[in-house]
Amino acid sequence: MVIDEETMKVTQDTKITSYKLPLAILFALTFALALVSLVSAQGPTPTDDEVNRIAKQLYCPVCESTPLDVCPTEACRQWRDLIRTKLGEGQSEEQIKQYFVTQYGARVLAEPPNRFASYLVPAVAILLGVLFLARAFQMWMKPSITEAEAAANEAPPADPYIARLEEELKKQK
Amino acid sequence: MIANFGFGVLVVSFLVTLYSVFAAIYGERTKNAAMVESARRAMLLTWPLLTLTSGILIYLLVNNHYEVQFVYEVTSRSMPTYLKITAWWGGQSGSLLFWSWLMSAFASLVTLRKWDRDREFLPWVIVVACVTMAFFIGMNVFFENPFAQVYQTFEGINAYTFQPADSVLFTPADGRGLNPLLRHPGMVIHPPMLYLGFVSFVIPYAFAIAALITGRTDDRWIRLTRRWTLWAWLFLSFGLVLGGRWAYDVLGWGGYWGWDPVEIAAFMPWLTGTAFLHSVMIQEKRGMLKHWNMLLVILTYDLVIFGTFLTRSGVLSSVHSFAQSAIGPLFFVFIGFTLITSVALIIYRWKELKSETEMTSMLSREALFLLNNLLFMSILVVCFWGVIYPLISELFTGAKVTVGPPFYERATSPLFAALLFLMGVAPLSAWGHSTVKTLGRVMWKPIIGAVLVTIVLFFTYTQKVTALLAFFIIAMTILVTIYEYWRGAAARQRSQGENILTAFWNLTGRNRRRYGGYIIHLSMMLMAVGILGIEMFQKETQGTLAAGQSLNIAGYEVRYKEIASWDNPGAGVNYTRSVVDIYEDGEYLGQLTPRIDYYFDSQQTMTIPGNRSTLRDDLYILLVDWEPATASGATFKIYVNPLVNWLWFGSILFLAGVIIAAWPEKEADRVSVKARSRVQQPSAAD
Repeated sequence: MVIDEETMKVTQDTKITSYKLPLAILFALTFALALVSLVSAQGPTPTDDEVNRIAKQLYCPVCESTPLDVCPTEACRQWRDLIRTKLGEGQSEEQIKQYFVTQYGARVLAEPPNRFASYLVPAVAILLGVLFLARAFQMWMKPSITEAEAAANEAPPADPYIARLEEELKKQK
Repeated sequence: MIANFGFGVLVVSFLVTLYSVFAAIYGERTKNAAMVESARRAMLLTWPLLTLTSGILIYLLVNNHYEVQFVYEVTSRSMPTYLKITAWWGGQSGSLLFWSWLMSAFASLVTLRKWDRDREFLPWVIVVACVTMAFFIGMNVFFENPFAQVYQTFEGINAYTFQPADSVLFTPADGRGLNPLLRHPGMVIHPPMLYLGFVSFVIPYAFAIAALITGRTDDRWIRLTRRWTLWAWLFLSFGLVLGGRWAYDVLGWGGYWGWDPVEIAAFMPWLTGTAFLHSVMIQEKRGMLKHWNMLLVILTYDLVIFGTFLTRSGVLSSVHSFAQSAIGPLFFVFIGFTLITSVALIIYRWKELKSETEMTSMLSREALFLLNNLLFMSILVVCFWGVIYPLISELFTGAKVTVGPPFYERATSPLFAALLFLMGVAPLSAWGHSTVKTLGRVMWKPIIGAVLVTIVLFFTYTQKVTALLAFFIIAMTILVTIYEYWRGAAARQRSQGENILTAFWNLTGRNRRRYGGYIIHLSMMLMAVGILGIEMFQKETQGTLAAGQSLNIAGYEVRYKEIASWDNPGAGVNYTRSVVDIYEDGEYLGQLTPRIDYYFDSQQTMTIPGNRSTLRDDLYILLVDWEPATASGATFKIYVNPLVNWLWFGSILFLAGVIIAAWPEKEADRVSVKARSRVQQPSAAD
C-alpha cells in the first residue's frame, strides 16, 4: 500500500512534473521573448561612433557649416544625446534624420533634399559649356582644314634636303 | 582725439582717391599730361595716407583704447602685442581698411614702374585702381568706421563717428578680445596672404580695362601683368593653403577643407585666376582667345569683390540679414556696375579682339588648355551654385537648405580627376599641332610606369577602384612631368656637355616659366595624394576612457594616462591638457597632449589636437570632453588621416614652383603675329 501510495505519489509527481515542464518552458519562452523585445526596444547603449555616423550628416541651424559630429556647442551636444536616445529606442538612421527634418526643416541635412534641383543647374551649365566649346572647335577646325588643303596643293617638298636647298636658294636671291 | 585724427586721415585718403579718378579721366580726355601726372601722384599719396591711418589704428589697438569700438571688439588687455597688431584684420572695419591699405601699396608699386611705351594705359589703370580703392575706403568712411567711439547718451551706449550732443565718452575697462580661433599663427598670416592675392588681381584687371578703353588690344597688357598675375596667384593659393592648415590645427574637425561658403568665396577667384594663367599663354603664343582672357580677368576681379562681399555682407547667414546690412547692397551694386561696364567694353571692342590664328588640332596644346579652362569653369559653376542655392531657395520658397560637402564632393571630384589627367597630357602636346600618335610616342613610357605603380598599390595599399584610378592618374602625371624634365636635362647634358644636375639647374634657369610650371604641376600631384588619402581612407573613432583604458584604430592604440586643468591669468586662458600614450602594434611611440583652451575674455574654447604626423598618416587626437569633478574620465575623438602630410609638402613645393615661374628673366618682349603663326611645327616647346 505504501508502495502503492509511493507509486501513486511518484506517478502524480511525474504527472505534475510533466505538466510543469511545458509550462515552465512556455513561461521561460514568454519571458525570453518579452526580454528580447524589451532589449530590442532599448538596445545596447549606442557607441559614440554609431552616434557620430548619423551626426556627421546633420547640421544644426545655429552652427552653420559645422557638422554635428564635431560641433563643440552645448546645443549640438544635446542633439547628439538625442540621436543616442533614439538609436537606443531602435530607430533607424533614416527615421532619426527625418525626425530632425520635421522638427527644424530641411536645412539640417548636409544636402538639399531635392537632389535633382540642386544638381540640375550646374549640370546644364556645364553641358552648355561643353557644347559651346565643341561648336567653337568645329568652327576653328573648318577653315584650318581648308587652309591645310590649300597648303597641301602647294606643299613644299617633303625631303628636308630639298627644303634646305630651297631655303638656301631663297637666301641667294 | 587721436581716433578723430585717424578718421580725418581716412577721409582725406578717400578724397585723394576720388581726385585721382577725376584728374586721370580729365587729363586723358583733354590730353593734359600734367593732369595725368597729378592723378598719378595723388594715387601715390594714398599709400602713405592709409599707412598713417592704419598706424593710428594700430596705436589704438596696442594701447588698449577701448573707447574705440573696434579696439573693444577685437582686443583685450591679456592679449600679447603682436596679436593686438594683427587684430587689425580681425574684424569687419579693420579688415576693410587693411584691404584698402594693401590695394594702395600695389597701386603705388604699379605706378612707379616705367611707363615709357605704355603711357596710354596709365590714366585708365589709375582710374580702375582708384575706383576700387575709393569703394573700399568709402565703406570705411561712411559705414564701417574703425575709429568710431563709444559714447553714453540718454538713449544708451552706442558707437558714433562724431560725438553726439549731451554725451560722454565711455571707456570699458577691458575689451572683448579676439576670437581665440583667430589667435593661431596660421590665422595671423592667412588673411594677409588671401587679401594680397585678392588685391593683386586688381592690377591685371586694371590693365585689361585700360587695354579695352584705349583699344590697344594686342597682348601687351598680358605681358605687362603676367608677373603680377603670378604673384597674385601665389598669394591667393598660399592664403588658401594656410587657411587649410589653420583649420586642420585649430578647428578640431580632423580636416582642412569643409566646403564652407567662406572658403569657397576665396576659392572661386583662384579657379578663374588659374584658368586665366593658362589661357593667357594661348594668347601669347597663338594670338587667340582674346575675348575669353578679358572675360576671365574680369570674372576674377568680380569674384574677388564677390568673395569679400560674401564674407562681409551677412548674406551667407540669411538674405534678410543681407538686406539689413549697410554694406551688403552696396557691394552688390559695385559688383553689378563693374561687371556690366567691363562686359560692355568687351562688346564694344569685340571685332578688335578677334583671334589672329585658328585652332588646328583637337590635341594641340591650346585645345587642351581650353579643355582645362572648361574644367575650371565647371568647378566654378558648381561652387557658385552651391553658394547661392541656399539663398535662392530661401528667397523663392522661404525654406533654408544647407549645401554641404557631399554636394561639392560628388559634383567636383570627376572634374578634379579630369584636371589631374590633363595636367599629365597637356605639357606633352605641342602648340599648333598634335596627334594621338605624337602624344602616344612620348606618353607610353610614363603610362606603363603608372600601370606598374597602380598594380603595386593594388596589392599593398587598396583595392578601391576609384582610389586606384585616381592613383593611376596621379602616378601618370608625376611620371610624365619627371620624364619631360629629364628629357630636357638629358638633351642639354648631351649638347652642352654638362653633368645632369647642372643641366637640370640650367634648364630651369633658361625657361623658368615652363619648368616652374612643371614644378607646380608636381606639387599639385603631391597635394592630390594628400587629399585622396584623407578623403578616401580617413578613419575615426570616439570613446570615453578612464585612466589606463585604450581606444584602438587602424593599428594604433591610444591609452589615456592623465588630465590636468589650470588657469593662466596672464594670458587669460584656462588650459585642460590630457596626456595619452600612443602604441602601434604594441610598440610604444610616444605621448600626445590634446587639449582644450578656454579664453575668459571672449568666453570661447579652442580645441587643440594632439597630432603625430608621418609620411604615411597623421594620428590626430581631439579631447572632446572630460569630467571636471573627478578628472576620472575623458572623451577622445581620434582620426587617422592617411597621406595628409603630402598636402603640406606639396604646398611648399608649390611655393618654390611659383617663385621660379615668376622670377624675372630676360625675354623677348614682343612676339609678332608672324612669329606666332610660324609656330606650326609639332614641337612641345613652350
